[in-house]
Amino acid sequence: MYQWDFGILWSYRWLFLNGLGVTVGFTVVIVVLGLVFGLFGAFGTLSRFKAVRLTALTFIEAFRCTPILVQLIWFYYALPILAGVEMTPVTASALALSLYGGSFYSEIIRGGIISIDKGQSEAGAALGMTPGQSMRRIVLPQAIKRMIPALMNQSIIQFKNTSLVSVLAVPDLVYQSQVAAHDSYRPLETYTAVAVAYAAILIPLTILARRGEKRLAVSE
Amino acid sequence: MSETSKIEIRGLRKSFGSNEVLKNISLDVAKGGVVALIGPSGSGKSTLLRCINLLVAPDGGSVRVGDTRFAFGDGSKLPDVRTLARFRATTGMVFQHFNLFPHMTTLQNVMEGPITVRRMAKADAEKLARAQLAKVGLAEKADQYPATLSGGQKQRVAIARALAMEPDVMLFDEATSALDPELVGEVLAVIQQLASEGMTMVIVTHEIAFAREVADRLIFMRDGVVVEEGPARQVIDHPQETATRAFLSHFHRTGALPPANATS
Repeated sequence: MYQWDFGILWSYRWLFLNGLGVTVGFTVVIVVLGLVFGLFGAFGTLSRFKAVRLTALTFIEAFRCTPILVQLIWFYYALPILAGVEMTPVTASALALSLYGGSFYSEIIRGGIISIDKGQSEAGAALGMTPGQSMRRIVLPQAIKRMIPALMNQSIIQFKNTSLVSVLAVPDLVYQSQVAAHDSYRPLETYTAVAVAYAAILIPLTILARRGEKRLAVSE
Repeated sequence: MSETSKIEIRGLRKSFGSNEVLKNISLDVAKGGVVALIGPSGSGKSTLLRCINLLVAPDGGSVRVGDTRFAFGDGSKLPDVRTLARFRATTGMVFQHFNLFPHMTTLQNVMEGPITVRRMAKADAEKLARAQLAKVGLAEKADQYPATLSGGQKQRVAIARALAMEPDVMLFDEATSALDPELVGEVLAVIQQLASEGMTMVIVTHEIAFAREVADRLIFMRDGVVVEEGPARQVIDHPQETATRAFLSHFHRTGALPPANATS
């Protein structure tokens, strides 16, 4: 029978906290950047111009249909060789994860927008709104409510996907726990603690999101 | 007629794919005139109405409302979005399915056009919106969301929303077709009141008795052409064309107007 000893992890607390900080900070960056990419992607696929639609679609599918681990490695190792673009591991990871997340966000945002009845934008147009005005004032406020659960879900996945940046030696929580595990010879305790840390952050967030959803649904 | 006409449509054509929905339609509406468009579904009457405020872009012909004229087809470019928006701000439209903005209260719905399109100060817009809501008999529903209103109330809010833009003309696209029968009267009463105030209106409707009372001209359309046109009572009481007669035979033409006293 295995003898658990979590006490040993205490000496690595600063390492873990450091890693956790990197993980959370990274998540914030890739969620924000991803949403920006997603917004561009969504409006790109909804564009009146075929060339814009095709470009947006190509980007989205390229990132949506390839594994994120391959993208991370590709951004860091292949871009310098192919395009002469040198990036630090942090930049390469942030960019790859943002684009990967952005491709999923695009589809969520696009889905939300087209789920709004065409009569809504027609009513806006009939009042004399430009397409931009009716998008901002009429369609998006309604669409965002419908997108929130899916966006939240995707952001949770993004949070967990940051664990992959450890392959590029970005010192996130998983990377630091690898260090701790090698050092302490206690991988079971270390990775269990890591799993608990991820859950401890995500579970309260999901509860908050559920509450928010309910509040938003009231005004529908 | 063209001297005083508010709406003038010439040689309007529109196809959706290979389906020619409007075939060379011309139409005049005098200032303060009320024209009813009737006809079987698929006759093109809704498309014609949507061509008047260019919600649907015609393939050919011309549309003039007030002093603004647009020509379509052969070499003429479609107007840009800003020109279109400015033009539509002067034409009010009421839809079959209301299309109220569900994320806004009744008052906000009516204020939205004045604030976003006319750049009116919030306080002025609110005053205007409250006045329009009072006009359709819904002043006390200002702070409710559309979801809490009946169909008839929703449609009256939609009318108030269109009126808040202080349009030159009002277009009604089967405004009572989605309503329960007992709610039709309150909406027709509002439209009738607008007519009596001299609003220029084009009304697509299946309420033949209402059209007979309120419209001064009636147009019967079928398969994208105007089959018969004339003074509303005359066309309804003494249709000349076989197609008009056949269509009207489905309705109780002489039936009384639904009660117009209901206001809430």
